[in-house]
Amino acid sequence: MDEAELARLFRAALAGDEKAYAAFLRGAAALVRAYVRRRAQPGLDPEDIVQEVLLALHVKRHTWRTEAPVTPWLHAIARYKLIDAYRRRGGRIDVDLEEVAGTLAAPEDDRPSSREVGKALASLAPGQRSVVSAISVEGRSIGETAASLGMTETAVRVALHRGLAAIAKKFGRGSR
Amino acid sequence: MKTDDLINALGADAGRPALSLGGIWMIAALSAVIIAGLVFMAALGPRPDIAAAAGTVRFPFKFVVTGLLAGTALVALLALSRPETVSRTRLAALAAAPLALAIAVGLELAAVPEAEWMTRLVGTNMMDCLAAIPSIGLGPLALFTLALRNAAPSRPLLAGAVAGLAAGGIAATFYASHCTDDSPLFVATWYTVAVAVLTIAGAVAGRTFARW
Repeated sequence: MDEAELARLFRAALAGDEKAYAAFLRGAAALVRAYVRRRAQPGLDPEDIVQEVLLALHVKRHTWRTEAPVTPWLHAIARYKLIDAYRRRGGRIDVDLEEVAGTLAAPEDDRPSSREVGKALASLAPGQRSVVSAISVEGRSIGETAASLGMTETAVRVALHRGLAAIAKKFGRGSR
Repeated sequence: MKTDDLINALGADAGRPALSLGGIWMIAALSAVIIAGLVFMAALGPRPDIAAAAGTVRFPFKFVVTGLLAGTALVALLALSRPETVSRTRLAALAAAPLALAIAVGLELAAVPEAEWMTRLVGTNMMDCLAAIPSIGLGPLALFTLALRNAAPSRPLLAGAVAGLAAGGIAATFYASHCTDDSPLFVATWYTVAVAVLTIAGAVAGRTFARW
């Protein structure tokens, strides 16, 4: 999909056309996927970053100037999210839990300590963190969270879902 | 979660957010001026001889410098709140206020005998200046940080620092109408220190709160 087509779809989407928005997001996903794969590093799932970028471009869509080209804007968001992913991954060493499971004491309590909750939240992107912390930790509703963060309810649901999935994946409990 | 599911979920949310980025900044800038003005009027207020001072050269020139700072910083802030890279040439406009002030300092040094330089630089209100400008600028800086949170700065630290400059420009404009030290030597020294405090605070705030 070329620049002109993407920009046309995005403009239509901003005017309220849902079909155009889905088509734009698919085109944007393909573009970002190619961008991220060229720069992929071991330990980073490119598709995670693609989803991160899609979510960001949705929440930040008002930062696109409708008269400006859309691909530089998309690439700028992809670049920011890629750097963010590198940074959050940091110097962490990935160890397969199975390998060390035998040496770990069995947890006495199934409820996570506040330190564990903090650690899990810290591993999330800022957007997801505020949503997960509002709903799962502070116990607020989807509607309240959407209003206080200035997001739509769909975006909150998506961020919550992706945040919890990321925590489950990283900390192992209750997943796969 | 599959990317297609995400696309379908987001696709249902087509349409424009209620506020455009320009709208967000318009509201932020207006409320910043109002809040700074309220704090200023409550705590200090303009100097009593303001009408006479307006007829001099040095007093009005303070507003040229502070106004330039606020204006150029707000323009740069709008650009920095979008994800695309902002070119150095566009940021170069930020040099306008320091440049104008540097020229004024040169003229002042030429116009005033050397023995008086220190007296003018130290002035009589330096502690006032150092306390008032950051205090008046705190509200505007908070508003600008909030606006940055709702934007997409790819360099949150830099954007936050420029937010501090803008808040400093607004605060200094109000403070300049209170302060009786009009020498560019005073302005170049103490206003700069006071605005630097807000700039550093803004950089920290941007790094902490404007990441997305």
